[in-house]
Amino acid sequence: MQVNENKEFRPKIVAFCCNWCSYAGADLAGTNRLNYPVDVKIIRVPCSCRVNPMFILRAFQRGADGVIMCGCHPGDCHYTSGNYFARRRMTLLFSMLDFMGIERERTRVEWVSAAEGAKFAATMNEFVETVTKLGENKRLEDLRCKKQ
Amino acid sequence: MHRIGVFVCHCGTNIAATVDVKAVAEAMKQEPGVVFSVEYQYMCSEGGQTMIQEAINEHKLTGVVVCSCSPRMHEATFRKAASKAGINPYMVEIANIREQCSWIHKDIMTATEKAVILARTAVAKVQLNAPLVAGESPVTKRALVIGGGIAGMQTALDIAEAGFEVDIVEKQPTIGGKMTQIDKTFPTLDCASCILTPKMVDCAQNEKIHIYAYSEVDEINGFVGNFTAKIRKKARYVDTTKCTGCGVCTEKCPQKKVPNEFNLGLDTRRAIYIPFAQAVPKVATIDADYCTMLKSGKCGVCSKVCTAGAIDYKQQDEIIEQQYGAIVAATGYNPIKIDNYDEFAYSQSKDVITSLELERLMNAAGPSSGTLIRPSYLDRQDDHKAHPKTIVFVQCVGSRSDDGCGKPYCSKICCMYTAKHAMLIREKYPDTDVYVFYIDVRTPGKLFDEFYRRAVEQYGVHYIKGMVGKVAPQPDGTLDVQASDLIANKQLHINADLVVLATAIEPDKTARSVATMLRASMDTNDFFTEAHAKLRPVESPTAGVFLSGVCQGPKDIPETVSQASAAAAKVIGLLAKDKLTGNPCVAQPNELMCNGCSSCEKVCPYGAITYSDKEFMQYDRSMAVRRVASVNEAVCQGCGACTVACPSGAMDLKGFSNKQIMAEVDAICK
Repeated sequence: MQVNENKEFRPKIVAFCCNWCSYAGADLAGTNRLNYPVDVKIIRVPCSCRVNPMFILRAFQRGADGVIMCGCHPGDCHYTSGNYFARRRMTLLFSMLDFMGIERERTRVEWVSAAEGAKFAATMNEFVETVTKLGENKRLEDLRCKKQ
Repeated sequence: MHRIGVFVCHCGTNIAATVDVKAVAEAMKQEPGVVFSVEYQYMCSEGGQTMIQEAINEHKLTGVVVCSCSPRMHEATFRKAASKAGINPYMVEIANIREQCSWIHKDIMTATEKAVILARTAVAKVQLNAPLVAGESPVTKRALVIGGGIAGMQTALDIAEAGFEVDIVEKQPTIGGKMTQIDKTFPTLDCASCILTPKMVDCAQNEKIHIYAYSEVDEINGFVGNFTAKIRKKARYVDTTKCTGCGVCTEKCPQKKVPNEFNLGLDTRRAIYIPFAQAVPKVATIDADYCTMLKSGKCGVCSKVCTAGAIDYKQQDEIIEQQYGAIVAATGYNPIKIDNYDEFAYSQSKDVITSLELERLMNAAGPSSGTLIRPSYLDRQDDHKAHPKTIVFVQCVGSRSDDGCGKPYCSKICCMYTAKHAMLIREKYPDTDVYVFYIDVRTPGKLFDEFYRRAVEQYGVHYIKGMVGKVAPQPDGTLDVQASDLIANKQLHINADLVVLATAIEPDKTARSVATMLRASMDTNDFFTEAHAKLRPVESPTAGVFLSGVCQGPKDIPETVSQASAAAAKVIGLLAKDKLTGNPCVAQPNELMCNGCSSCEKVCPYGAITYSDKEFMQYDRSMAVRRVASVNEAVCQGCGACTVACPSGAMDLKGFSNKQIMAEVDAICK
């Protein structure tokens, strides 16, 4: 396997996508060959309400530079109300991240429907650009996992 | 540790052109737990699937990772292939290296790197996968229909036709609903009774249909396939098995002053009554609020005249408990109360009526035997002023209203029934002037716009775009209608004999309590919400609960009948199954960690979580009883809301467990 010799900063981005809307939106971006940076890696969850704020803290602790959560648009949740719970939890988490000193721009919530492949790609492009500008995330990073 | 096999798909050149698939397969060999790794042209093909099955057998694999297209595409395919080779289908994970890698990236080097990370993430997850078995629950082959209007009747008839038992619960003494009160139906103008009453008789005669009229649902428990309902048969004080419906009692009863709700209070009935001639079941009912015998113990006339001996003043409410596999809500609607609209003088003048009252006035079985009479002249019908000469219809009374008194939505049926009324009046009484004041005329539907245009062009109904500001009763008994004509931009005064208000319709008052019992969701207007506005319009988000008719949103008769049949089709589909196989990716509480706080129950949109007291051994080996959560696997849809809400971390989601997602996070951030 070849190794990327390019030493310029590439952020690590974790994207949580709900199975019904956003993951399908990401698939549609792929089907339409809409480019977005390789730095984005998607984790599939049944619903945005499955995303525990602890998962996001864990990602930052393990060295992620940005975390984005995508769900169905408000009112369109496959489980009727899941994204409302997610929205409230994330609002609380964001103010806590502020308090911890993690820049607000490193976390984001976006509603992407299964038809919005273009929105998914545009969102990811924009998010990666924002996080790249912020540079490496030093807060919460657990140095033990850097050794591997 | 699992023995994992990794299968990297080329997808022709779809993946292989951008991702170095050989390198991915090689890299995966280094991952912990991976004992076999290979790439192949088309993993989803017969050959690819055989390759997976052979590898499972040969290398004794316990977990499989397929690096291919989106799991939304072929997850089911690979799970099936794996289970044929004898491993649990939920031991398969997909790394999406096509839609989320090869198709969106151009640089082979970076795309390959990403594909390796995605594959590694899937391997990390599958390490923590556990075999899952979908739960099964039996299905009670009987349906409950709440509401016996045209919606409930149609649903029941269709379900019965398929061979399943159906119970209709109707709170009125007869089935038939609102349609029994309607005179003619648009756009064909056929008589409502003529098309409805045969259906009512069909319901009564169908061996599979059991009608609980004058009954209400008291309690519903259980879940899809296994509901239990308690039905309260209200006391009629008449033995329905003996009553022949001869009607002698309803003629002899001395209490004559009871407002007749079937004719909307335009005339009176007796304290013992049969709502109308074609009622089903055709049995008498004593109105306990007015019966002198029940109130003071003095009378007993009906009992004396009843030759069948059916009168039973001591009758009590009866509770019937019954099991059901599916429940259909068909609770229907009512016109809103228009007391808040004082400007139309509804409470001041008898000659200001609602459209439903007009239906009764025009019906041959109505209080005026079908002759159009001003309600103030109902007791002196021979008077030359009894026939209205000028009639004003006011549209959207309480519909599309943001004034707080009415409803924000369009009631949908008013434009059409007003055109029908106007047309029928002009046809029967050509010397009558008919005015219709409207905001918009909305007539989408087969033959609907043609119908409306016929009213305007052929029947000469005066349609005026504008609002009626005030209806003022005059000393001579006429009504001064003050309105604006928005197109001519002028104020109008019309001296009318009759004003008809097209009142908004709203869900029946009992709908909310029914929804609460069913744990079905409602919108802010108390209409039931559907599982999906476009794709699942006749199902409630609560499994096993279906929606029929206006309880889901305003609709006319043909739409109601279509929805009723659609709901029936869904019910038949459910009842035809002997067992329901659930989604195995459901929430699972750890009872040792649960402290019974109810946080999970509050966020569950399906009511899948219940609590029970269980005995646990304490650290000192003594036994103690604690309240713990349990999840009904047949009801849980696996959204995971409870897993995050749980403050003690006792709740987890099978297939998407905390550990699995954390492992994925770790693998991505490595």
